[in-house]
Amino acid sequence: MPIKSYLAHAIEGKKEELMKALMNLKQCEVVPAENQDVFALVTDTPNEEEEGVLKEKIEAINSLKLLSLVSGFNTPQN
Amino acid sequence: MSMYKSVTNRRSFIKKMAMLSAMTAAASMFPGILFASEQEKGIPENANLDWKKGPCRFCGVGCGILVGTEKGKAIAVKGDPNCSVNKGLLCVKGYHQIMCIQSKDRLTHALVKKNGRYVKTPLDEALDIVANKMKGTIADHGKDSVAMYTSGQSTIPEGYVASKFMKGAIGTNNLDCNARLCMASAVGGFLTTFGADEPMGCYEDIDHADYFVTWGNNMAEMHPVLFSRMLEQKSRRGAKIVDFATRTTRSSTASDRSILFEPQTDLAVANAICYEIIKNGWVNKSFVEKHCNFNKGLTNIGYGLEDKYKFKDKPQKIDFESYKEFLKDYSPEKVSKYSKVSVKDIKYLASIYGDPNKKVVSYWCMGMNQHTRGTWMNNLVYNIHLLTGKISQPGNGPFSLTGQPSACGTAREVGTFTHKLPKGVVMNEKHRRLAAKIWKVPYERIPSKPTYHATEMFRAVDRGDIKFIWTQATNPLVSLPKTSRYRPAMEKESCFVVVSDVFPTPTSDVADVILPAAWHIEKSGLYGNSERRTQHWNKMVDAPGEATADAWMFIEVAKRMGYGDLFPYSKENHVEEIYNEYRQFHEGAKHGMAPLEVLKKESGAIWPYVNGKSTQWRFNAQYDPACSNGEAFHFYGKPDGKAVIWQRPFEEAPEKPDQEYPFWLNTGRVVEHWHTGSMTRRIPVLHQAMPNAYVEFHPDDAKSLGIRNGQNIKVTSRRGSCILPASINERGLPTKGQVFVPFFDENMLINDVTLDAFCPISKEPDYKKCAVKVQKV
Repeated sequence: MPIKSYLAHAIEGKKEELMKALMNLKQCEVVPAENQDVFALVTDTPNEEEEGVLKEKIEAINSLKLLSLVSGFNTPQN
Repeated sequence: MSMYKSVTNRRSFIKKMAMLSAMTAAASMFPGILFASEQEKGIPENANLDWKKGPCRFCGVGCGILVGTEKGKAIAVKGDPNCSVNKGLLCVKGYHQIMCIQSKDRLTHALVKKNGRYVKTPLDEALDIVANKMKGTIADHGKDSVAMYTSGQSTIPEGYVASKFMKGAIGTNNLDCNARLCMASAVGGFLTTFGADEPMGCYEDIDHADYFVTWGNNMAEMHPVLFSRMLEQKSRRGAKIVDFATRTTRSSTASDRSILFEPQTDLAVANAICYEIIKNGWVNKSFVEKHCNFNKGLTNIGYGLEDKYKFKDKPQKIDFESYKEFLKDYSPEKVSKYSKVSVKDIKYLASIYGDPNKKVVSYWCMGMNQHTRGTWMNNLVYNIHLLTGKISQPGNGPFSLTGQPSACGTAREVGTFTHKLPKGVVMNEKHRRLAAKIWKVPYERIPSKPTYHATEMFRAVDRGDIKFIWTQATNPLVSLPKTSRYRPAMEKESCFVVVSDVFPTPTSDVADVILPAAWHIEKSGLYGNSERRTQHWNKMVDAPGEATADAWMFIEVAKRMGYGDLFPYSKENHVEEIYNEYRQFHEGAKHGMAPLEVLKKESGAIWPYVNGKSTQWRFNAQYDPACSNGEAFHFYGKPDGKAVIWQRPFEEAPEKPDQEYPFWLNTGRVVEHWHTGSMTRRIPVLHQAMPNAYVEFHPDDAKSLGIRNGQNIKVTSRRGSCILPASINERGLPTKGQVFVPFFDENMLINDVTLDAFCPISKEPDYKKCAVKVQKV
């Protein structure tokens, strides 16, 4: 049951576009920075396999410049 | 974490923590980054929150916060959009501040040491013990055998009651505070140059300045909200930031230019800037002729390393020509040789200040103040602004920032220093008479001589001269320099130690009585921030157990000692009653404080508050109603209305690297933790982000010593040693030959290593420079 947090950096001028793309992904929670082209991103997936698939989807977004992992948690489902 | 009680399951909680981790990581990577919308996301759905306003608990910026409470619990914090300081924004510490109050090890009841063990004791009984011990000590050893050490985190009413209790009731000047460790040199600078404390400008200067020059000041980590306002002006208007420091930090990398100097040589570089200003004809002659005098003081003034060190400066008037002659030793070519600042960079700095068409604000904090010539350094930056007339105007001015939320409001304005009274100083008869009148005590009771400043107070504990000490909202056994001397001193049986605090600390570990203090939002109070803004808040939630507001504990002890008639305040309304009494000290156009009704409605007001209006720029007749000389500017703190340009030389640090101790040691802070970490280390996300201190190396030094990242290193000085993991190319980059250690970690006490040398004028210690050796362990 991985929960991971990332910093997602947008390509210059494409912050809005990245925001929309990330928000369209079901297993993502996104918080934009007010004054930088960066998002705090949390992913919540049932297993490592789905986490991997989601990560691939995120990395395929055109407006994404860089995705860096901050923390990873693995918990039993409530 | 009951902060997130309404987030019902563990998984949601972990998601929240993951999000906070990401935001904290971002805060350490991007100076001034803000996640304002997160504030709303933290609020549980269907929450029926009651939002209450107040100032942030942490630094001296004084951001306005709104605390969301539900059923008597604080469950969310957001920036106050109506507060002009932060306009709704907060830093990573600000967002998370209320998470510490639910900490499991919170002090909720008084603890009294009996046979070497702490015993839970009813508060009334503990206060009886404190009062009896204080009274008995005075009876046996005299009133100067008891002392109180308070804080720039004490509220204005707390500081006021402490001063009235010690100076007015007991009749001793044995009162000092931890603002001595961070702000005293700023006070010394203001008083010697202008005769009046605190900055002349305000944060609105940020919206007008073309250049920001930061002097040894890592604002991106220490004052992130102000730094984010500067970055906004940088991107919006092209304002420039120039970072002048001894270490490359997050602030340096976000600046337009980073200029590094050899420790202590800021004195010489500031003089070189003045040399260039005069040489190039950039002096604002009419301003200087009308509004400035020239003075010199004593030189080779020592470092206060010996107990009972005394110093008194002897100011002497000089003329412009002798000042110009003095500066000949400070040409950029000469200064460059020992400051390691290039001639080009010195000339560049001078040209910024010298350009009449550019507005410049200088910012500084601990880098300049924690300096054995801290008062001089403050004087020298004022010299630059006075020579060019760039002062007391929107976007033009020198601005010393504070590190604690009420270092200005409480320590400096109420006056919780040994030499201070709520108005003026104990040495001045008129000021003593005013205090005696308002306090309703005999004038003779207030002693006319200052006693112990902070360092000397703890030296007196060590010598056995002080036999009772009460500390409040401060953690000196982590924050004092040379704790290797002062920890054993406080453990001695010769001194009875009372500690009031919210959490256990290394200081409470040596206490005979521990008093449980209410935290910030668990009591009403007032703070005063760096821009002379007084901010009020009402109690928002109940304190746990018997935790009580410090002001009320002082009053209870005063009553038990027989001074009840001097403290006729009610428990419910004492904050309001005390503030209204205190306001009488500052009546008038030069320092009038806003009425409480105004402060209750607004997110603070800037003093002097005159005719219903804050004064944003003092000493400028266009904005300041106290100006009365008929000129554009009036430095009315001085009897002749003129500010002083001081001739102050470069003098060496008391201890420099040598063969045995080859590195400079510089200490400081990090964005995640506030000062000694007693609050922020109890906030899981902040603790997780920065769990321990470290020692930073320049990569070349690390390579030549064969040191790897994370390897344990013993840092040793002539005072003591401390073992920490090495950090190379991580948070900051010290210059070659220097190491840097943050002081927040009570498990890695770097202040066992630092030197207790201080500025002879301000008595503020220098935490930025001493000599150490490093060994792999």
